[in-house]
Amino acid sequence: MEKIYSEEKNLCRLAKARPETIRFLLDYSRSLKILAYQGFKFEANIN
Amino acid sequence: MAQAIDDSVLVRDYISGDEHALEILIRRHNQRITSFIYSKVMDRDIAEDIFQDTFIKVINTLKKGNYSEEGKFLPWVMRIAHNLIIDFFRKNKRMPKFEGSDDFNIFSVIGDEDLNAEGMIIKEQIDTDLELLIDELPEDQKEVLVMRIYRDMSFKEISENTGVSINTALGRMRYALINLRKIIQKHNIVLTDM
Repeated sequence: MEKIYSEEKNLCRLAKARPETIRFLLDYSRSLKILAYQGFKFEANIN
Repeated sequence: MAQAIDDSVLVRDYISGDEHALEILIRRHNQRITSFIYSKVMDRDIAEDIFQDTFIKVINTLKKGNYSEEGKFLPWVMRIAHNLIIDFFRKNKRMPKFEGSDDFNIFSVIGDEDLNAEGMIIKEQIDTDLELLIDELPEDQKEVLVMRIYRDMSFKEISENTGVSINTALGRMRYALINLRKIIQKHNIVLTDM
């Protein structure tokens, strides 16, 4: 009897964000300050 | 042996002002989140952009003190990424495209019955939510529902497999559906994007 074997393909691709993206996010986080005043929250980016 | 610090501890440290905690979180989940995004959009640059936007939202939420899902950091981030992927596909729909004229519509000639990428993501999400709801059901009702819906078994086969009469199997199925509706109403769950 004929047997049909399907070729197994690995469809799962691993990807990683670039170091520049991570550096940007860390810098963004460091520069972001949230100021609370009378129940309001203000965002401030200190570059 | 060094033990990895739990996500919830890192989140707490970051909220308290420890910027290094964020770096550990990003590096720890980088591959998983980026691969998830890439698997949906299939474009490295777009995946990179969505990853960046995801973490900008994460940073803003954490810094504003609006994060409340202690201990579930990764699922929360994945949900943000998932929503951004859907936004991306929605925005793409607005791009200029050929619509045909009043006399001729190209889509009457060619058609694709398959769901598009956005539809597939939404369907996937609904299926996952539904599985969680089914998990809430009593064991005997869950068993019948899974056999009927997911394994496409007849009530005769279900009755033979579970050792109960066909009528009992039918009754369990009926109660399973009633209870599912109750759970959905109780939690105000919407299972479609309509």
